[in-house]
Amino acid sequence: MLTTNKRMRASVAIGAIGTTMALVLAGCGARAGDDTSTAGASAAASCVDTSGSTIKLGFLNSLTGGMAISEKTVSNVLHMAADEINTSGGILGKKIQYVQEDGATDWPTFAEKTEKLLTQDCVAAIFGGWTSSSRKAVKPVVEKLNGLFFYPVQYEGLESSPNIYYTGATTNQQIIPAMDFLASKGVKTLFLAGSDYVFPRTANAIIKLYAAKLGIKIVGEEYVPLDKDDWTSQVAKIVAAKPDFIFNTINGSSNVGFVKAYYDAGLTPAKTPIISVSIAEEEAPAMGHEVTGNYASWNYFQSLKTDTNPKFIQSWKAYPNSSGVTSDPMEAAYISLYLYKSLVEAAGSFDVNAVNAAAKSHTITFDAPEGKVTLDGKNHHISKPGHIGQINANNQFDIVWSSDKFIEPDPYLEAYDWFPADIRKQLVGAAG
Amino acid sequence: MDALISQLLNGSAQGALLLLAALGLSLTFGQMGVINMAHGEFLMLGAFTAYLVQQVIAASDLSIPVALPVAFVVAGLFGLLLEVTIIRWMYRRPLDTLLVTVGVSLILQQAALQIFPSQGVPVEKPSWLDGQLNVLGYEWPLRQLFTIVLASVCVAALSAWLKYTSFGRRIRATVHNRDLAETTGISTRTIDRLTFFVGSGLAGVAGVAASLIGGTNSQMGAQYIIPAFLVVAAGGIGQLKGTIIAAWAVGVALSCFAYWTTGSLAQVLAFILVIVFLQVRPQGLFTVRTRSLA
Repeated sequence: MLTTNKRMRASVAIGAIGTTMALVLAGCGARAGDDTSTAGASAAASCVDTSGSTIKLGFLNSLTGGMAISEKTVSNVLHMAADEINTSGGILGKKIQYVQEDGATDWPTFAEKTEKLLTQDCVAAIFGGWTSSSRKAVKPVVEKLNGLFFYPVQYEGLESSPNIYYTGATTNQQIIPAMDFLASKGVKTLFLAGSDYVFPRTANAIIKLYAAKLGIKIVGEEYVPLDKDDWTSQVAKIVAAKPDFIFNTINGSSNVGFVKAYYDAGLTPAKTPIISVSIAEEEAPAMGHEVTGNYASWNYFQSLKTDTNPKFIQSWKAYPNSSGVTSDPMEAAYISLYLYKSLVEAAGSFDVNAVNAAAKSHTITFDAPEGKVTLDGKNHHISKPGHIGQINANNQFDIVWSSDKFIEPDPYLEAYDWFPADIRKQLVGAAG
Repeated sequence: MDALISQLLNGSAQGALLLLAALGLSLTFGQMGVINMAHGEFLMLGAFTAYLVQQVIAASDLSIPVALPVAFVVAGLFGLLLEVTIIRWMYRRPLDTLLVTVGVSLILQQAALQIFPSQGVPVEKPSWLDGQLNVLGYEWPLRQLFTIVLASVCVAALSAWLKYTSFGRRIRATVHNRDLAETTGISTRTIDRLTFFVGSGLAGVAGVAASLIGGTNSQMGAQYIIPAFLVVAAGGIGQLKGTIIAAWAVGVALSCFAYWTTGSLAQVLAFILVIVFLQVRPQGLFTVRTRSLA
């Protein structure tokens, strides 16, 4: 006989599951536009105080929740850059006083904190974000309040905003060099494996178009949700498809499960190598030896030989709470603060419109650890070198291929004849 | 055919991991009625324990077998601590335990984030798990076989313990009728604590298995908690055999859907199946006959 007690427990169980799912969904769902209507401040009335000996800047990173895994490092390196700039005299003679906010891996929170930083803390600019969803949550707020946001992570491109500066790679600086590398290796068949969200899907749409132009055949395309580690069923499909190379746009912890399933299935870098766009020096150690021998496409590697890189590595290793290794996204975050300093000093003012005008009228450069980068004043992205690294036993990257020069940013891929205008329009619409 | 065999085996391994995650819940939730949302974080504790054991015993051939009992005790002790400090005040208030343990799970996640490298840590699998076993022409990874063996051992040990030891009999007596058990001299307080220790400890063992399959980081527990609750609910509350069958079925369904549809759709389809099943049979696969009046 079934007692009511048992029935109640079963229904409570369903309630528990429902509540958790609701919590998870609330965390994941981008409600970017929701909060923009509540602001009362007008775009013109900036409350930034430039009268004292300090200037306030906002750092907005997820220090709690799922993305804290990645964003904590970005926050730390921003602190380091601020300390460095303060020791060497500040920006326009003013010391940086930063306000650190926690985006909490929640996109509406990113929008709220942006508004708070601009209207209550009155910061001159905001630095941070990681996921495209967080950037898309911040975008309408900085545009409406005429603030400045510096975004440090490689992303899917097809965006530009007068209020955002992008110091990570756009697709023609990471995805396209990776494809050029594959073509140079004589790759004929390619399998696409990605996490199920906007970056991998957009990147793969671009990869498929360029692969057609290069004569590379796509033999499979698989996606798994970001929060799922189990890739075994999908890897079984890769084994069956026997591709020359795997293009990996998986993000986060799911990469660990993917690499383990890949290794278990008997796939090896010698026969079926992986090229990835989100495994860097920070991520590789968590995968152990099973990832060794595979490739990654970035603009910066710790192993890069430039004049400025040794000092950057040394400062980071000595910095409190440092992870000990440097990687592309943290280098891009480091660039962002220095780029802002150059912009303000070229403008002679912290005023947003003056800064944007200086971006257009001056050639803004920075001797970054990846080399001398130049800001494109029109699309607010920077020039970058393309590098392919192979993961060695120390979880560092041996550089096996580099672009012959710095690649100019082209977020809308306008210079590429294989990228049709109607698809651009469609992708921009879908991403918007 | 090949694909079917591979997905059946693969699904059985996925089911075995789900079962390991759900076993502890079937005790704490099924037998005691406590909704412990921090169960996934106990699993995480087990995985981090495997990592720490590997720091002490470098040879992974040995460290994983050592890590299993250590993880059981570590996660069990955390469970015991949770029971003694918080849960004991909340029996018969399931929704309160739900909220409080969600808080505990967030605290544990953040603590792990502060203590360990934020990107997670590597847990090296033993070399005796390298390679594949040829099953009817399909190269079956040994790691998957290990998960199934581990789950089987845990199930056998747990059911033997419940059936043949006096502690086990007292747990069952308490579940069937708490008041009557008390009048016969069973200390139900001690039984509650012990059940919680064992249930949480099993999550620790599941964590070691999970650390060999996916990433070991502060967020890893979250992906197991919902499927584990679903499995327990679908299997029938307080029923070990129901939990086993439900875990296997969900594992195979997830695996087959992921192979023949897409990885994202598989999650949706498998959950829809479970929800439809629970609509038809809200008590789950099996039910316990009890004489309790509540």
